[in-house]
Amino acid sequence: MREKNINAKRTNRPQSGDFFKSKNGELILQNGLRFKGQIPIWQKQSETGEVVFNTGMTGYVESLTDPSYSEQILVFTYPLIGNYGVHKDRWESKRIYAKGVVVSEQTIGWSHPQSEESFLQWLKGQNVSIIHDVDTRELTRHLRSKGVVNGVISSNKTAKPDLTTKKPLVSIDKPILYKTKSATKTVVLLDCGAKENIVRSLQNRKLNVLRVPHDYDLSKEKYDGVMLSNGPGDPTDYQPAIASIKRLIEGNKPVFGICLGSQLMSLAAGAKTYKLKFGHRGHNQPCRDELTGKCYITSQNHGYAVDKSTMPKNWQIYFSNLNDGSVEGIAHKNKPFFSVQFHPEACPGPTDTEWLFDKFTELL
Amino acid sequence: MKLRKVLILGSGGLKIGQAGEFDYSGSQAIKALKEEGIKTVLINPNIATVQTDEDMADKVYFLPLNKDYAEEVIKKEKPDGILLSFGGQTALNLGLQLEETGVLAKYKVKPLGTSIESIKVTEDRELFKQALKQIDVKTAVSRATYSVNEAKKAAKAIGYPIMMRSGFSLGGLGSGRIDNETELEKRCGEAFHKVNQVLIEEYLEGWKEIEYEVVRDSGDNTITVCNMENLDPMGVHTGESIVVAPSQTLTNHEYHMLREIAIKTIKHLNIIGECNIQYALNSHTGEYRVIEVNARLSRSSALASKATGYPLAYVAAKLILGKKLHELKNSVTGSTSAFFEPALDYVAVKMPRWDLTKLKKSDYRIGSEMKSVGEVMAIARSFPEALQKAIRMQNTGCDGFTLHPHKFAKNYLDEISNPTYRRIFAIYHALKNKQPVSKIKKLSNVDDWFLGQIYRVFEVEIKLKSSKNLNEELLAQAKKLGFSDKAIAYLTGSNDQKIRQLRQKYGIRPYIKLIDTLAGEFEAETNYLYLTYNARFSDIKPLKKSVITLGSGPYSIGSSVEFDWCAVNTVKTLKDSGYGTVIINSNPETVSTDFDISDRLYFDELTYERVADIAEFEKGTPLVVSVGGQIANNLAPLLDKTGFKILGTSPENINNAENRQLFSSMLQKLNVDQPDWQQVTTLASAKKFAKKVEYPVLIRPSYVLSGGAMSIVHSDSEMKYYLDKATTLSPEHPVVISDFITQAKEIEIDGVAKDGKLVVHIISEHIENAGVHSGDATVVLPAQSLYLETLRKINRITEKIIKELDITGPFNIQFLAKDNQIKVIECNVRASRSFPFVSKVTKRNFIAVATRAMLNKLKPGDYGVPEPGYVAVKNPQFSYNRLKGADPVATVEMASTGEVACFGEDLNEAFYKSWLATDQEVSGKNICVSLPDDQKFKFVDELEELAHRGYNLYATPGTYKFLREHDIAAKRLSKIKEHKSRSLADYISKRKLDLVVCVPDKYEQNEQDAYEIRRLTIDHHIPLMTNPETARLLLRCLSDKSLEKVKIKSWDEYN
Repeated sequence: MREKNINAKRTNRPQSGDFFKSKNGELILQNGLRFKGQIPIWQKQSETGEVVFNTGMTGYVESLTDPSYSEQILVFTYPLIGNYGVHKDRWESKRIYAKGVVVSEQTIGWSHPQSEESFLQWLKGQNVSIIHDVDTRELTRHLRSKGVVNGVISSNKTAKPDLTTKKPLVSIDKPILYKTKSATKTVVLLDCGAKENIVRSLQNRKLNVLRVPHDYDLSKEKYDGVMLSNGPGDPTDYQPAIASIKRLIEGNKPVFGICLGSQLMSLAAGAKTYKLKFGHRGHNQPCRDELTGKCYITSQNHGYAVDKSTMPKNWQIYFSNLNDGSVEGIAHKNKPFFSVQFHPEACPGPTDTEWLFDKFTELL
Repeated sequence: MKLRKVLILGSGGLKIGQAGEFDYSGSQAIKALKEEGIKTVLINPNIATVQTDEDMADKVYFLPLNKDYAEEVIKKEKPDGILLSFGGQTALNLGLQLEETGVLAKYKVKPLGTSIESIKVTEDRELFKQALKQIDVKTAVSRATYSVNEAKKAAKAIGYPIMMRSGFSLGGLGSGRIDNETELEKRCGEAFHKVNQVLIEEYLEGWKEIEYEVVRDSGDNTITVCNMENLDPMGVHTGESIVVAPSQTLTNHEYHMLREIAIKTIKHLNIIGECNIQYALNSHTGEYRVIEVNARLSRSSALASKATGYPLAYVAAKLILGKKLHELKNSVTGSTSAFFEPALDYVAVKMPRWDLTKLKKSDYRIGSEMKSVGEVMAIARSFPEALQKAIRMQNTGCDGFTLHPHKFAKNYLDEISNPTYRRIFAIYHALKNKQPVSKIKKLSNVDDWFLGQIYRVFEVEIKLKSSKNLNEELLAQAKKLGFSDKAIAYLTGSNDQKIRQLRQKYGIRPYIKLIDTLAGEFEAETNYLYLTYNARFSDIKPLKKSVITLGSGPYSIGSSVEFDWCAVNTVKTLKDSGYGTVIINSNPETVSTDFDISDRLYFDELTYERVADIAEFEKGTPLVVSVGGQIANNLAPLLDKTGFKILGTSPENINNAENRQLFSSMLQKLNVDQPDWQQVTTLASAKKFAKKVEYPVLIRPSYVLSGGAMSIVHSDSEMKYYLDKATTLSPEHPVVISDFITQAKEIEIDGVAKDGKLVVHIISEHIENAGVHSGDATVVLPAQSLYLETLRKINRITEKIIKELDITGPFNIQFLAKDNQIKVIECNVRASRSFPFVSKVTKRNFIAVATRAMLNKLKPGDYGVPEPGYVAVKNPQFSYNRLKGADPVATVEMASTGEVACFGEDLNEAFYKSWLATDQEVSGKNICVSLPDDQKFKFVDELEELAHRGYNLYATPGTYKFLREHDIAAKRLSKIKEHKSRSLADYISKRKLDLVVCVPDKYEQNEQDAYEIRRLTIDHHIPLMTNPETARLLLRCLSDKSLEKVKIKSWDEYN
């Protein structure tokens, strides 16, 4: 079984022999800058997305299947991507949501006993664009100083990024109930593009999870608390969800928001959000719990943030980012509502703040 | 409590398992403490370190790191705190001893950082396991045993093979895989001499070996700075493994599972500061085991610090003082928080540097005990690029995978399954011999991913070999996989300058990238750089008005921390003189590669190609090649030839000194005497020369480093053997044979000249007679036993030589003196290993003077001959107890791994202290002597005095007979080969002796019996003296009443 992996380079090569062959390609940014690279010869499409970078050194499977990357082209700053292949049980949703991938080197000879296919096969199967052999550090430095922009991955020199990319919206069509053995309580998960590990984390704490679409009417459901999920895009595009959260925070049932969920809770409470220059995407974001003074390393993936000068009455900053001071979470001063901008469910990234799920569970 | 004064324990002489990394950690700690306004007191006999420099600690004590001396220092200095975690295992053990014996309590010295209780838990394996069990963290199944019998029982219960470990170890000494009971008896027997507890553990062969570096503050904030994966899986000590940061084959789940356990464990153990946690991981089952936790700065933490740019030691010191992580800034970015985890956008590969071939009879296999003497770290943006860089950085004549001198026999696959120090080359050899990767995997347990990466190199080698004309695409591909110009030239039948021109024509060049700790996410003010072909842009622009200093490269026998000291002091002087400073070095165990030393640090290769790449990029920046030792010096001629500017003595004259033929003709011309010599290319002419001057003769190749392949030869048959060895080492240079003069004194002069005139110099002498490599010699400063006439002659010869070579900068000349005749042995037109020693003893920084000489900026105070009014002795530090089988006899081949030096009012005091400072002591009154005939009478006085003072003398039959004839009381011990009762072997094994003096008969150096005595003595941790001159001096010290009291003085009190 292991031998299959090492010989991936040879045995995984399709009969045509051109699976690993590449041609010159470019990532062309909307500001006209071009980053040279290689794209597989079988990749025909020119794919546009918002170009963002992630500094995590592991977790490409989890990241690419995270719906929050919807409509984006993801640049990995770690230069070797694909080392351990792709393993099905680590997906964070049913498919890859990112539209394109930019890497320095996509690994050819992957190896891991638990993986089934190579990174490149996976991308091909999911019809996701890749450009490799790109100076991802230079690209990252550019995005950092100039801010994120749209870009297109193409082998066509005249390609231009589509500036009217659609607003990402990822959710489910109808509610799904996840029954958990010996669970006595039920949590509603408001799905704006939720990662699977949020569901797993709740189920691991003996909770039933009722996963509902982002614009679902909660008034007729019975539940003990609400979880606001992560998701892609601008939080102000989620008006129906914001309206439901407004109703929720008039009540007393615990509400816990993650990432986009945190922005939505803030908007519902009356705060404002803004777009960050290049976002926070990585596994090393330092945050301080402003209530206890303790610090945690967090996993993050967001392009918007809550404006701390707009913090409404009765609400306080729960977490702050140690690097840039931005708001990393808010909490109601008296009621059981709190949210975090980072990902306590990890996957990918550090698990330091998983205890937030315990905190939420205890409040129920 | 506000701390006023803190005592820092250093790590002593460099030895295997404990090398230069502790100069880095100690230096950072001192800086961190000084910033807080705390007075610092340092005990460290390692005089070649940066931490013992004048501008570092407030008080420096060059003293043995043992309880007696430490207590005296504490008594005198009255520190209110002590740092134990910055001087390796040596400092930690001494700290525990000071605590257990009540010294710390008595003088109210508070151990800072992790509590003694927590340290004990991490050091005692049984307590450790219990502690981890409390939090459901898994450790390897194991049993603590307290006798050989208990060990046997435990091993039986677990089932062979088992892993044996002994507590309080250093670099895994006394640890290893054991396959059967016989082996267990032998190894446990040895271990129980040093410790009272040995662990028998389940053997986790083939599991992945992973480490995390964890930092925690007193507010419980915890981060993992870095994780690392060993290419060589469990079974090979991490210090012997090729290690890559970050891990390459771990999934996100595995990475963060282990990270979470690391944090949980470190919190539970209540460690404050920095520590390291090691795991075994089985990727098939997801199982893991915690192997150990080091509650201190370690080799791995130095590596992690250099691999990520995160200043671990500095931060750890601040945390120990009570600071919190989020209160500290990331000193690389200057703006973001120190509470964060570095994100790497490159791969760092560490490769150990061994020197096993230099040591007679040593075992070439590697395993769970450490044998390597140094390491390199390579940084790149592809794994093959980093690995091939690392191979070149080792400076062992290997130019990546394709061009190396290793010859493999038919059974080379054994070297893969039973790893030797050259396993990685055996793996490549197997690929070339069409062995399937699956088979290599099975033999080595090396993960498929790593083997696949090596296979990529092999594939391109094939392409290069078969390419008719080297096209742009293939050349670029080869460079991206880390092939050097030289290797490509070799594979395509070209030469390296042509390849260089070709790639310049194609515009294929390496780009310079910054290591900024956060993968480009924020702006960073870092000085930390590497070159890679896997890029299309450089991060920086050339630095104005700067000088490039070439560092030492990896530590090896003969090139050690002293050259790092030289490089650091050169940079300091350049800075003071208003120049921008650039360093190139490949050694992560150094201070010169710290974030706060130079304006620019290229963590890269010290090869012609790479230095030229950097110098070209920096546009006309001159280079200093004379302070990094031989690696840097050897680059001078080619750099000069290709138009790069070298500061100081002209490369042509460097060559005139290095090239024996040219140097000898020069001496002849100057009418300076030298031992007879001849350059030979055939065995016949060598024999003919030997016949003329009479054996013994000395043979060596030109460009000598630490006596590599140098040997004394006593017969025609030995001549043949050594010539084979010498010529394989350096095929481009011929072999030189010279008359070996016995019973001669060896004298050295270290100095600085400017335009051929002396600026500063000092003369030192060796205690040992000629025949011991100068790096292994015991050196006395100032010279104690030379006639004024000898000194005058040496000065005159020196003046002639430096004038002829028109030296500007550092130099070192070695002389032989016999019967008032002076002969010159060699001249190094570069800083020698004794530069830090002479600088610190004379309190005149020779390297600063040399740098100013090269810059033409000498100060009036730089001139003159220092005359210290005290004595200092430099003693070699050997690591024979780590090198199973190696014959512990100092000869012309250098074998010591480090050195220490101590001061005293007279020779005896300075010598005795420095001898103690090499981790040994005569703990009782039982001394055994075994002397050859020509030495016996020389020992009469010393032995008589010892007998008189109540020492019990033992002697081997011949020596015993001699002592009886001279009415010296002694007991007879039979030789090993006699197979009699009351044998020497028996006395050694039962540790009934406190010192063994076993001087080899120089005509029978390979005699088995004497070798076994020496080896047995070392294996049983009994001090051994083999050189007659130092042995006699030690015996004199033992009967010197004035040495019975522990006397201490800080460095500044000697004047």
